[in-house]
Amino acid sequence: MLLTMFLVTALTAYFFYRVLNAPPKPEPDSYLDNDDEPGRQPMA
Amino acid sequence: MSANKESWGSRVGLILAMAGNAVGLGNFLRFPVQAVQNGGGAFILPYLVCFLVMGIPLLWIEWSMGRFGGRYGNHSTPYIVDTMGKHRLWKYIGVFGIWTNIAVAAYYCYIESWTLSYVVHSILGTFNGMDQEGVAAFFNTYVSIGESTLGIPLEAVVFYVLCLLLNTWILSQGLAGGVERVAKVGMPLLILFGMFLAYKGFTITAGEAGAINDSSVGLNFLWTPDYTQLWSPTVWLAAAGQIFFTLSVGMGTIHCYASYVRSKDDIALNAMSAGWMNEFVEVVLGASILIPISIGYLGIDRVTELVQSGGLGLAFKTLPFLFTQWGEVLGAIAGVMWFGLLFFAGITSSLAMGTPWMGFLQDEFNWKRKSAAWSFGLIVLILGMPTVLFFHYGVFDEYDYWAGTVSLVIFALFESILFAWIFGIDKGWREIMSGSDIKVPNIYKFIIKFVTPLLLLWVFIGSLVTPKGGDWGAALSGNWELDDSSIIKKLMNSSLHRQLAEATDPAVIAHLEDTLFFVNASRILLVAVFLGIAALVYIAYKKRVREGKI
Repeated sequence: MLLTMFLVTALTAYFFYRVLNAPPKPEPDSYLDNDDEPGRQPMA
Repeated sequence: MSANKESWGSRVGLILAMAGNAVGLGNFLRFPVQAVQNGGGAFILPYLVCFLVMGIPLLWIEWSMGRFGGRYGNHSTPYIVDTMGKHRLWKYIGVFGIWTNIAVAAYYCYIESWTLSYVVHSILGTFNGMDQEGVAAFFNTYVSIGESTLGIPLEAVVFYVLCLLLNTWILSQGLAGGVERVAKVGMPLLILFGMFLAYKGFTITAGEAGAINDSSVGLNFLWTPDYTQLWSPTVWLAAAGQIFFTLSVGMGTIHCYASYVRSKDDIALNAMSAGWMNEFVEVVLGASILIPISIGYLGIDRVTELVQSGGLGLAFKTLPFLFTQWGEVLGAIAGVMWFGLLFFAGITSSLAMGTPWMGFLQDEFNWKRKSAAWSFGLIVLILGMPTVLFFHYGVFDEYDYWAGTVSLVIFALFESILFAWIFGIDKGWREIMSGSDIKVPNIYKFIIKFVTPLLLLWVFIGSLVTPKGGDWGAALSGNWELDDSSIIKKLMNSSLHRQLAEATDPAVIAHLEDTLFFVNASRILLVAVFLGIAALVYIAYKKRVREGKI
């Protein structure tokens, strides 16, 4: 039981961590919130 | 030009909305009951295997189908599948992806409204001083509509309409401003409430506050593996079914949400993150609340008896009584958390159910977002009122069975064949990998092409001709008598006809005859809605031809 719970929790945390730390993609992307971030402006 | 200008606010918001779509009442009410009925800890093995070879592939299939369709301005399944398969019938298969959502929302919002009402009752202390029979009787009175417990006439109807209004209003605020905002608040709160209740589930001590068992008794009951059941097809069928319902695959909601993602943005990692978040809520939180707390206070025998009628009974007729054992204040807090958690689980799913219909109207008929949202609310209200008014006559169960169970398997089977065999696995694989932030193992190419469709076919056939008592051994040796739960027997109303033949009490006979009438009427209504949506798809097709889009 504990092994299953630990495994599921660890994998959930791992994939969410990967999402949070994924490199940003250049604009235009799918998300409105980062439209003003300089790091995501259109590539020249 | 389409009026559809929706966008997601952020990647985390999209993942929380997707996870919220998947996390539903079933995570807390269906999973633990399925586990208890199918070998306890041994159930988890087929469950996780089905997650890996059916759940995850279906998530990738649906995310990539949605994103592919979105590239061509399609945000609902009829024209998403139409862009992938050139046969003109595909768009009518896609009708399932709108119809299922409308029909499921009709009864799902009713359960959601119970949770809202029970939050209010928990705050007001309605359940204080009631015994378990009293709490169960309260629920029966509530769904009977006849009497009010708050002094509000037609209380259940009022809460249902309130719940629908809330859903509709949030939908009218759009994806980023409505759906995503609710997910960003609802999902963290749901996890927080779940963790508190799971902690309580883990720390029950026999002799304290009326408990008769330590929490370990309930947890052992749920998790101790019965390995003799591991090779039972019934257990594997139950595990595959649970994976289906818990991930909200085969509904059309994932396609719709993903259709607002651009093709260079990731879907593979997003799908994994949302999928595993759902598993965390189900396996870690869902398994630690309902059964351990119930067994702690009622014992194994009583709970075994209660789970036969499903998780809804335990959730609404039993837990409110058990919470009062923790004292008035903590009982009220636990009640608010439990029903609040169920409410957030419900609303994040029911909001998703509104988006395919709205996307369809916006894409095909240039409806504005607000009009599309209110039309959804109105249709769900009309279709849902029979489930509220005739709850005791099987209407609710009919909607749940045909729209919330059978339809999912049929649509998922079709879409897996479309994706892997008609669109083509090579193109499909490129779609999954486009913009991906993770490397998807190549083995999944094989799994998506062969294993997932075959598993889905097996689930469908297994449900169509389920042998009596789930005895596959007897069935395969020649004695294939159908179980009443099989699709064929359900279609023939075999169980109801047998009950009618055996009944002698005139009141029971009258009730069963009414039930038979309402069951058949519900089916006609559901078929009429399906045909109505199919007609709209046809009109949209003609419009596209006129406008030179096809």
